Amino acid sequence: MNIHIKGGRLFDPTNKLDAKQDLFIADDKIVGIKKKPGGFDSDVEIDAKDKIVIPGLIDLCARLREPGFEYKATFETECYAANSSGITSICCPPDTKPVIDTTAVVDLIQQRASETKRTNVFPLGALTLGLQGEQLAEMNTLKQAGCIGVSNALAPIENTEVLRRAFEYARSCDLTVFFYAEDTSLRNNGVAHEGQLSTRLGLPPIPETAETVALSRALLLVEQTNVKTHFCRLSTARGVKLIQEAQAKDLPVTADVAICNLHLTEMDIADYNSDCHLQPPLRSERDRQGLINGINDGVITAVCSDHQPHDVDAKSAPFSLTEPGASTIEHLLPLLLHLVDRKEIKLEKAIPLLTSQPANILGIDKGRIEIDKDADICIVDLDKSTNVEQDNLHSAGKNSPFKGWELPGQVSHTILNGEVVFTRE
Amino acid sequence: MTGNTIQLDNNGNLKHFLTTEGLSQSLLQKILDHAESFATVGDRPVKKVPLLRGKTIANLFFEPSTRTRTTFELAAKRLSADILNLNISTSATSKGESLSDTLQTLEAMHCDMFVVRHANSGAAHYIATQVAPHISVINAGDGRHAHPTQAMLDMFTIRRHKKEFENLRVAIVGDVLHSRVARSEIHALNTLGVLETRIVAPHTLIPKEVESLGVHVHHDMDEGLEGVDVVMMLRLQRERMRGALLPSEFEYFQRYGLTGKRLEKAKPDAIVMHPGPINRGVEIDSSVADSERSVILQQVSHGIAVRMAVMAMTMGRSGDDMEENE
Repeated sequence: MNIHIKGGRLFDPTNKLDAKQDLFIADDKIVGIKKKPGGFDSDVEIDAKDKIVIPGLIDLCARLREPGFEYKATFETECYAANSSGITSICCPPDTKPVIDTTAVVDLIQQRASETKRTNVFPLGALTLGLQGEQLAEMNTLKQAGCIGVSNALAPIENTEVLRRAFEYARSCDLTVFFYAEDTSLRNNGVAHEGQLSTRLGLPPIPETAETVALSRALLLVEQTNVKTHFCRLSTARGVKLIQEAQAKDLPVTADVAICNLHLTEMDIADYNSDCHLQPPLRSERDRQGLINGINDGVITAVCSDHQPHDVDAKSAPFSLTEPGASTIEHLLPLLLHLVDRKEIKLEKAIPLLTSQPANILGIDKGRIEIDKDADICIVDLDKSTNVEQDNLHSAGKNSPFKGWELPGQVSHTILNGEVVFTRE
Repeated sequence: MTGNTIQLDNNGNLKHFLTTEGLSQSLLQKILDHAESFATVGDRPVKKVPLLRGKTIANLFFEPSTRTRTTFELAAKRLSADILNLNISTSATSKGESLSDTLQTLEAMHCDMFVVRHANSGAAHYIATQVAPHISVINAGDGRHAHPTQAMLDMFTIRRHKKEFENLRVAIVGDVLHSRVARSEIHALNTLGVLETRIVAPHTLIPKEVESLGVHVHHDMDEGLEGVDVVMMLRLQRERMRGALLPSEFEYFQRYGLTGKRLEKAKPDAIVMHPGPINRGVEIDSSVADSERSVILQQVSHGIAVRMAVMAMTMGRSGDDMEENE
């Protein structure tokens, strides 16, 4: 199918592209920018006047809940919700049920993705068998089956020897390790940032050091093993500093942050709002500022949704007994644009956080507007807004902490591999 | 702030009693005044008033407790209410019934009030958001968060001995980290306008940024007790000794145990309080616990009056209505 996107502002800061130009798509590739290629006949014309046209977004961490948690959400519901926010590629962590530690589970996920045909899905394989932190998973086999990296998701690897060997082996397989830094013993069943709010509400606290101690340990092992490591979902200002120091030493490390931690702090838990029960926890305003600075200083190069749709029961209990996580995928872009509106991040800095930079982290040839690249495109009306309301959420998980917020920007079209997968009526 | 939108009805009257935080000084004084009018009921030959006749109160204890449950039960009976005791930790939840299912079942039995004790902070708040509008919820202790009736009976005891709160210095000694009693006491004391609230404990038993609650922190017991009018000891649970929080009961008592000698640092007329049950020789010396400075047993009997007051107020009745109902 040939698509002609007319009159939009093409915006891809990584390619220094910012101009009102037409875009031409044939089959699954971008075939023309500004100039119509010879012999191009459009089947579909999209009027993008007064809108910006950006690469399709890449979300480094979203749970689609299959297999194992279909009662919470499914590929159909969550990939559609992703499309409504302009997302065309999703990287999913291996903590499904069963865990992604065999080719059978990788095959199942790829099959579900190809049936759904809404987003590219890039699974991460398990770093250790069953995420138990004891025995290495068959990383090379998982890579051959299609895993793009390896991770132990939220599960700890308490034995430092196992962690060292896992890093070494991942390096042998030329796989990037996606590492979530949390020291289980320091976390000590905590549910909220150790600070004013946990003290006032009497919630078991998670100290800052739960992140920084685990981060320091992993960074020393990265220094020893030289494995390419992506640190997932930083939550503390000091954690950002540790990554910055490691990057200054030329260690092969990158980092991302979850969108909630850029907007909310511990104080948003207010009176035990379980929609703000997250992992990593919402931390102090000083930490939030540190994360924003980390983006502006180029230490943090991606923002993810850390989407975790939940059933109603999972969030309906006394705070500590609720499951952590927020449903965020369909507001990833508007939430980032909100930070642009508040002048915390510049637009040219923001868009690469969801496009070219996560593509670099995953090592995929996506996230850019360039001739011959995959035609994954998102068209956004910056003058319109997106209202977050319980009743208009596309995700099966209604656990958004942003209910009642009015966010800038509204995605009008999402194109995946040259097919229009989402159009807003 | 916290709890207020849910604790008060549209006229500013107490609907649920979940925390002492954020309630006004006049409301806290009103609770104490009502408790004063109930305090003599126990001395009458017929220890009952008919204020809550026909009402059904459910004691929902998700965590074992004898003392608190018993005083709530007595308070309810003296108000002529019917009371159900449900020890849920050993019944419904072990059969896999969810908390909200348990609540709905009890609502279907036409209960008017839930008295809730739960191991998780925020449980009473959660229950108050789930119940039908006519039901009142009283927090009988949630996790580390709040134990507001205990705090109010402590305030009642202080007021009886000291009359005014304005010029008092109060020291709260012990495991503040895990203590719902301490948190509720701190909010109540500060709202009632004491001169200074101190907490005294080793670093391991003090929650982070606790100064934000409006307290001064002391790690040295002698310094912490210097010139105080009230010493409120906290119970130290023995299981804390097994973790990395404290080395031994012996060493804890050496540094933070209340002895007669230590008490000399406080004002000569300082009173000693404890929410009970006390660990003699761990947090308090027997000679102090049994001395005339100790008001520990008075606290227990005041507990019934304060709980009667709170139960009556949340059900829209007050001690002033007592006679016309008789």
